[in-house]
Amino acid sequence: MRLRSLMLGVAAAALFAASAQAQMTDGGIKIGVLTDMSGTYSDLSGGGSVWAAKKAVEDYLKDKPGLKVEVVGADHQNKADISANTARQWYDVDKVDVIVDLVTSSTALAVNQIAKEKNKVALVSGAASSALTGKDCTANTIHWTYDTWSLANGTGNAITKTGGDSWFFLTADYAFGQALEKDTAAVVEKNGGKVLGKVRHPFPAQDFSSFLLQAQASKAKIIGLANAGADTTNAIKQASEFGIVSGGQNLAGLLVFITDVHALGLKTAQGLIFTEAWYWDANDNNRAFAKEYAAANGGKYPTMVHAGVYSSVIHYLKSVEALKGDADGAAVVAKMKELPTDDKLYGKGTVRADGRKIHDMYLFEVKKPAESKGPWDYYKTRATIPAAEAWRPLDAGECPLVKK
Amino acid sequence: MKSREVLIGLLILAGLLVAPTAIYPVFLMKVLCFALFACAFNLLIGYVGLLSFGHAMFFGFAAYIAGHAIKVLGWPTELGLAAATATAALMGLAVGLIAIRRQGIYFAMVTLALSQMVFFFCLQSKFTGGEDGIQAIPRRPVFGVIDIQNDITLYYFVLAIFVAGFLLIYRTIHSPFGQVLKAIRENEPRAISLGYRIDHYKLLAFVLSAGLAGLAGATKVLVFQLASLTDVQWQMSGEVVLMTLVGGMGTVLGPVVGAAVIISMQNYLKGLGEWVLVIQGLIFVITVLVFRRGVVGEIWAAMTRRKPESGPPA
Repeated sequence: MRLRSLMLGVAAAALFAASAQAQMTDGGIKIGVLTDMSGTYSDLSGGGSVWAAKKAVEDYLKDKPGLKVEVVGADHQNKADISANTARQWYDVDKVDVIVDLVTSSTALAVNQIAKEKNKVALVSGAASSALTGKDCTANTIHWTYDTWSLANGTGNAITKTGGDSWFFLTADYAFGQALEKDTAAVVEKNGGKVLGKVRHPFPAQDFSSFLLQAQASKAKIIGLANAGADTTNAIKQASEFGIVSGGQNLAGLLVFITDVHALGLKTAQGLIFTEAWYWDANDNNRAFAKEYAAANGGKYPTMVHAGVYSSVIHYLKSVEALKGDADGAAVVAKMKELPTDDKLYGKGTVRADGRKIHDMYLFEVKKPAESKGPWDYYKTRATIPAAEAWRPLDAGECPLVKK
Repeated sequence: MKSREVLIGLLILAGLLVAPTAIYPVFLMKVLCFALFACAFNLLIGYVGLLSFGHAMFFGFAAYIAGHAIKVLGWPTELGLAAATATAALMGLAVGLIAIRRQGIYFAMVTLALSQMVFFFCLQSKFTGGEDGIQAIPRRPVFGVIDIQNDITLYYFVLAIFVAGFLLIYRTIHSPFGQVLKAIRENEPRAISLGYRIDHYKLLAFVLSAGLAGLAGATKVLVFQLASLTDVQWQMSGEVVLMTLVGGMGTVLGPVVGAAVIISMQNYLKGLGEWVLVIQGLIFVITVLVFRRGVVGEIWAAMTRRKPESGPPA
């Protein structure tokens, strides 16, 4: 008898515990940060993204003691199959409700499909591909921080309007580079600028000298770098050796992060123009966040991707709370689209029907060494691209979720 | 087949049949795909003594072919797999014709160079989707009836493919053809002097290995529903060497064990971030320095030491 009453008691307790947390699957929310912890993108996302997600949870839970939220992180090594494998295991076995960050497009596109199949949530911050809100958009994914379209558009548009009306492209010869070049060239020409020429370099490339000489000879005011990662930084370094910027031409990076600028140093990177979504020195909130980030991450400063992870996690938690449940991924994402976003790093914004998070973008120019006053004081703002103009029009993306 | 080998084989098969009840099936399928890939690779290095450093080209390109055939052309699953395997075998024929004329480091470099050509072709061409890869490849019912949407069902399908591939390799190794291959490995001039046309044997082994590597790559497409550049990169060629060496080169089961070890590390230690790669490197160094025969090779050696009358490694 004693055993049975004990079991009854346990069952009742379990029932009670279950009803107290009835809304959340497995009694809580579990956030998985899937990112590059060992490769090229580990500085701009990586461990910093895990920290940002944890920070968001900590900030959000400050006055909500009842909610249980756990954050786990994993390295996808920039491989789509490891990403897909981890995402499936997280969703199926480890009861992860939402996967955030997802740097590199192929890994994000893979998780995008799996989130839809399992009806969970994916919040992409690190990846660039605008296909995530275009032909590959799903009701379970939100693309948070930036995308290729907004970078090409922002940089092409703002530079052409502020006097940079002749362009020469240095393009990585593969799908991503070509798409970036095509998109930017279209924007430049639409704004009355001229494309004087372009040269395709192999991917990846070490020696840019012959390409840079062509660019120099073209006398274009702006040299657009339609490449990414090590190609961009190599091109910038060698351009500095050729004295391209000091000779009056400007380099426009189409995919540059503050960690790249840091690695290059101001002497090399000065004068580089590019678009980003977030800068740590823009306001007090950002500065406070950056200070805490730097203290916890060995003096490094956060990128727009880290801030995006923070912002997306806050909005996710808010929406789950409003919905009183995290079981139905599509419903959570629908709620996230319905509620306006508001957090200390990205301010007020919205999420569009195609899963595109909408906020202002900024055109930055890298300071001269003399202008920089402290560590990581690298950017001056050349233009603010208002949210209404920064993103691909809703009807132009071919997203099946958008009714025509 | 010796009775002990049959017994070990049956035990492993029984284990694999019940495994998905305890272990996550997608993980198991990944292990099986890589195990088949490593077995195909081992056929060359372990039994013919040819170190191919470009097997990723067969594995990865077949994945693209399967992905393209199934997703874009709308072919049924089994046809996609067959097309991918056939393509890989044909590539194996072309690459083999060039590569087998050289030995040792030259052979490795020729295969590496050709594999880099395939990599750049995949990077550039439209149908592979560049660095985004081919994504969202549907899992269509096999033969129109077996629904593989479910992970467990797919697992048994993948297991069937693996077992078929494995038995083919086993049969090859233990056939007279396999004996000639081993003779070539041990002493090539002698095999020539005995009248064997060794180029034919090498080429056939190469084509077989390439085709099976392709089958493994195509099967992986079904599991992850994507084909990406990862699979054609030279690192993948290196990874399969690692798996084979850790498990035991020139043993039938070695590559399977090696694949299981490497994939498990990638999977279960992923929370450690970049340390996984460091640990992988350490394991490789320890294997090469301390137990050169690999996990299975050492176990076999220990067993045969106790029973000197039993035959050569399986």
